[in-house]
Amino acid sequence: MFKIVHREEMAGGTVILNEIDAPLIAKKAQPGQFVILKATETGERIPLTMADTNPDKGTITIIYMVVGKSTALFRDLKTGDSFMDIIGPLGAPTHLEKMGKVVCVGGGTGVAVLHPITRALKQIGNDVTCIIGARTKDLLILETQMKAASNHFHVCTDDGSYGHHGFVTQVLENILKEQDIKLAVGIGPVPMMKAVCNITKKYNVKTLVSLNPIMIDGTGMCGGCRVSVGGKTKFACVDGPEFDGHDVDFDELMMRLRAYTEEEKMSNTTYCQATKA
Amino acid sequence: MSTPTSKTEKTSRQPMPEQEPHIRAKNFDEVPLGLTPEMAMIEASRCIQCKKPACVEGCPVNVDIPGFINHIKEGNFTAAITKIWEKNSLPAVCGRVCPQELQCEGNCVLGKKDAPVAIGNLERFVADYERKNKKASLPPKAAPTGKKVAVVGSGPSGLTVASDLVLKGHDVTVFEAFHKPGGVLVYGIPEFRLPKEIVFSEVAGLESLGAKVIVNAVIGRTISLDELFEEGYEAIYLGVGAGLPTFLNIPGENLIGVFSANEYLTRSNLMKAYRFPEYDTPVIKGKNVITLGAGNVAMDAARTALRLGAQSSKIVYRRSRDEVPARGAEVHHAEQEGVEFYFLTSPVKFSGDKNGRLTGMTGLKMELGEPDQSGRRRPVAVTGSEFDLDCDLAIIAVGAGANPLLTRSTKGLALNKWGYIVTDEKTGKTSKKGVWAGGDIVTGSATVILAMGAGRQAADSINNYLAVGW
Ligand SMILES: Cc1cc2nc3c(=O)[nH]c(=O)nc-3n(C[C@H](O)[C@H](O)[C@H](O)COP(=O)(O)OP(=O)(O)OC[C@H]3O[C@@H](n4cnc5c(N)ncnc54)[C@H](O)[C@@H]3O)c2cc1C
Ligand SMILES: Cc1cc2nc3c(=O)[nH]c(=O)nc-3n(C[C@H](O)[C@H](O)[C@H](O)COP(=O)(O)OP(=O)(O)OC[C@H]3O[C@@H](n4cnc5c(N)ncnc54)[C@H](O)[C@@H]3O)c2cc1C
Ligand code: SF4
Ligand code: SF4
Ligand code: FES
Repeated sequence: MFKIVHREEMAGGTVILNEIDAPLIAKKAQPGQFVILKATETGERIPLTMADTNPDKGTITIIYMVVGKSTALFRDLKTGDSFMDIIGPLGAPTHLEKMGKVVCVGGGTGVAVLHPITRALKQIGNDVTCIIGARTKDLLILETQMKAASNHFHVCTDDGSYGHHGFVTQVLENILKEQDIKLAVGIGPVPMMKAVCNITKKYNVKTLVSLNPIMIDGTGMCGGCRVSVGGKTKFACVDGPEFDGHDVDFDELMMRLRAYTEEEKMSNTTYCQATKA
Repeated sequence: MSTPTSKTEKTSRQPMPEQEPHIRAKNFDEVPLGLTPEMAMIEASRCIQCKKPACVEGCPVNVDIPGFINHIKEGNFTAAITKIWEKNSLPAVCGRVCPQELQCEGNCVLGKKDAPVAIGNLERFVADYERKNKKASLPPKAAPTGKKVAVVGSGPSGLTVASDLVLKGHDVTVFEAFHKPGGVLVYGIPEFRLPKEIVFSEVAGLESLGAKVIVNAVIGRTISLDELFEEGYEAIYLGVGAGLPTFLNIPGENLIGVFSANEYLTRSNLMKAYRFPEYDTPVIKGKNVITLGAGNVAMDAARTALRLGAQSSKIVYRRSRDEVPARGAEVHHAEQEGVEFYFLTSPVKFSGDKNGRLTGMTGLKMELGEPDQSGRRRPVAVTGSEFDLDCDLAIIAVGAGANPLLTRSTKGLALNKWGYIVTDEKTGKTSKKGVWAGGDIVTGSATVILAMGAGRQAADSINNYLAVGW
């Protein structure tokens, strides 16, 4: 059992932070790696990136958006409650290198995944520009943390309620035009990552993305997480989750993410009704 | 399957009572119901107690078959199970899944004229009887040696090593990557063929002997082999199985509805998708299902699909009926339940609709050509013979490979060109000091009993090492 030692609600309760006791994983985890969590005996195995780790305290932190039954089940766990199973650290760590000027672009809960990577890129001496965005001001997460983790910082909201009015991609394009950027990291919803890559391709800037296909084991055993990268089939859980975004078939990824839309809807409705009753 | 009373024998082979095909094809309960004590004693009386029993030679772990059968004949089931345990610690599993027709029963002298003695069914009977009545006592446990041994992987191979070494007094810990122990016995083989309660009861037995089982521990990620040594483990056994899916590399393979057998069976068995929405993990329930391959894995997938509501379930296999590698009983059960077989057919591509969902597969007819290296006639394509089959679910069950997660993250472990671990044939020792390996990660996908045999051999070698050194 893996106990929740601290819990926070963000973005008006749509995003949850859990700090969990998992000493073995905390000791090992590196930026870019994820865990698989299962809340109960009958639960699903759900992959979530570690937004932070504290090896001394023996804890890991996850930040997730509540989108369906399983993440709703996670949301309903209180401080002191436990996850039944947590497996990790999984996936290949981010390849970190001193390159010069780097830009990190995050959208939605992708910001949580981006945070440890941004911090590490700055720590090893890169000049890091960070752009984060959300639909509206209330949905923005980790603003102070991201500001601290970068050298230059930009915020965007789709509705103009805060910071730059518009998409992260517009700010990104301006930066790419003016500066000699060596690497871009884009993490967020799949359409956002696709848009980021379309722009960085124009400026010939290598771009890392973190993919989120449906997973089961997370150890390369089932092939359910397969993605097409550079025309080859890769297993995101062991070959990734980070890939060179210019080679990724985002349309196929979006398609495969819709495999269980009907079942997900049914689970979620039943769960919402049951918890309200 | 009842055999007519033979001309040469007074008593014919006792048929195994089974659920009716049309009923069982709709549920996940076990298909064979088990022999009654009376039937088991009658069946046991058919064994002529050969002086040089050929059956024993056919069994990879040399169970004393006439010995345990004689105890059954006399109604002494406790003595029978004790006899089997001398060589085989998982008889309830082996009685159900061994390819008996190629091993013990395939060698039985009665098989020359009549049906062989139902050795598998008898083994299963005594194991089930003991699980329900708990009368036998295990061999005594040796005094604690204070030596720590780590077993990586909780499949049949790892479980065998653990139970052998815990009885020899060592301090054994089993590490399992999944959230439940049992390996393929739990995530791969379906409930209707091997009830999970049997596997969990075996693991509970192991724990009651003092072995520790730690789940959610991916060795190579959560803890490395070298860290296990640092923590004071003196010997490590790798029984991590052949957990790498094989795909066909044909167009359309990433459409929604195309699964590896590993994913399909893991969703259904381990995650209990067959009980969705009571369990949260879903699986695609196809109406027209195609399974590629004809081994045990393929039979399990095709029969699972029927139970999840398929109207048609087809096995597509590139060789002919004679080459089908699955256990005879599985093929027979699959046919009874309505699985259709397309032999000498090779998949060419999958097609889908605009939402990326699978709608069909194109196949190509094959004919048998010259024998290949294995002596089997090689299937060659018949030009222009492409044809289309409708399907909304396709399961690829054409074999598995070596999962590199652990082996690639471990220094000093010699691998062969396919990525399997190289070991000493007699002892199971790897090229890394203090590390043994066995089961599917050494041989490639094989059988439960071979994985157990490798485990027993390595356990002896480990025990020896802990006493006298490498
Ligand atoms: C390596 C990796 C890291 C991730 N990190 C984060 C993170 O840090 N924060 C975060 O908010 N989300 C993250 N995700 C996405 C997260 O796993 C899904 O949002 C979650 O599984 C949804 O489950 P659900 O039951 O609540 O929603 P559902 O109703 O089941 O589905 C909602 C959406 O989630 C997708 N999904 C469903 N099941 C899975 C599954 N088993 N694996 C992956 N996706 C699935 C579906 O395609 C659908 O688009 C990550 C995914 C991966 C693969
Ligand atoms: C669907 C199916 C049906 C089959 N039917 C039959 C049959 O009827 N008869 C028969 O004799 N054989 C059958 N087999 C084959 C048989 O199951 C295998 O040969 C046997 O299970 C191999 O045993 P093993 O102990 O080597 O590995 P496995 O049973 O594969 O167990 C390996 C275990 O190690 C774990 N593991 C892997 N990597 C790590 C790691 N890094 N850290 C920790 N744990 C790890 C895995 O999660 C798994 O639990 C079947 C196989 C399948 C897939
Ligand atoms: S272990 Fe398998 S091969 Fe050996 S006697 Fe039992 S069923 Fe036959
Ligand atoms: S070969 Fe057949 S008849 Fe002879 S001992 Fe073995 S089971 Fe009995
Ligand atoms: S999740 Fe199974 S192979 Fe990646």
